[in-house]
Amino acid sequence: MSNTASSRAVGVGRVLIAVYAILALAATARSVYQIATKFDVAPVAYLLSALAGVVYIVATIALIGRGSTWYRVAWVTIVFELAGVLAVGTLSLVDGVLFPADTVWSFYGRGYVFIPLVLPILGMLWLYRRRPSAVA
Amino acid sequence: MIPWFQYVEIAVAVAAGLFALVAGFAGRKPSDYTLGATALVEVLLIVQVVIGIAAPLAGNPPTGDVVEFWIYLVSAVLIPPAAVVWALIDRGRWSTAVLGVACLAIAVMVYRMGQIWFVQVG
Repeated sequence: MSNTASSRAVGVGRVLIAVYAILALAATARSVYQIATKFDVAPVAYLLSALAGVVYIVATIALIGRGSTWYRVAWVTIVFELAGVLAVGTLSLVDGVLFPADTVWSFYGRGYVFIPLVLPILGMLWLYRRRPSAVA
Repeated sequence: MIPWFQYVEIAVAVAAGLFALVAGFAGRKPSDYTLGATALVEVLLIVQVVIGIAAPLAGNPPTGDVVEFWIYLVSAVLIPPAAVVWALIDRGRWSTAVLGVACLAIAVMVYRMGQIWFVQVG
């Protein structure tokens, strides 16, 4: 069975995609600036921020994309984000030098109104609701 | 930046954002009102660009990093037109909500720009 229309870029999913796109822009632009100007301060944290930004971009595209491959990509990127925000959030509480406050995942995304913590959970709920077997 | 203008910008962006979100969740398609509110947010951002260029020349330089300030401002200027284009192509209720999300993101970004300009020293 082939999917011709995207089953995820519909309804409230479009708002989810918009939020992902803005977060992707914010995280990527900020990490590029940080790597360019103060990379020595916290190289690990800023590289992870850049990785997070790229993963948000891939997740945004995967949510728009059609078919089962993009569906899997969306799951992988969104699980990665939740793992990232939980791992780095915890590490930033333990080691404030390695993970300073101004990265996207530090303190569970506090600098971004905890959107990085909430968004993957909403993303998973949405992916589950729009799973291929339920939509087809 | 100029403090009172920043407050106006944030207030307008928050009001426009909440208005569009409520309208979107109430099932309204993008209207002249929600699109116009988003356009007003964009106009204020363009005025902010002019202020950002003129203020240092008038003896009001940023206390923080000017590059970081401009990354925020340029990103912010791009977001409302993107949301409006989206709303014009896809005329559904959720596009109205997207306008709201975009305006609220602008409010946060203008707040951060104010922090960079006024609060950070050194």
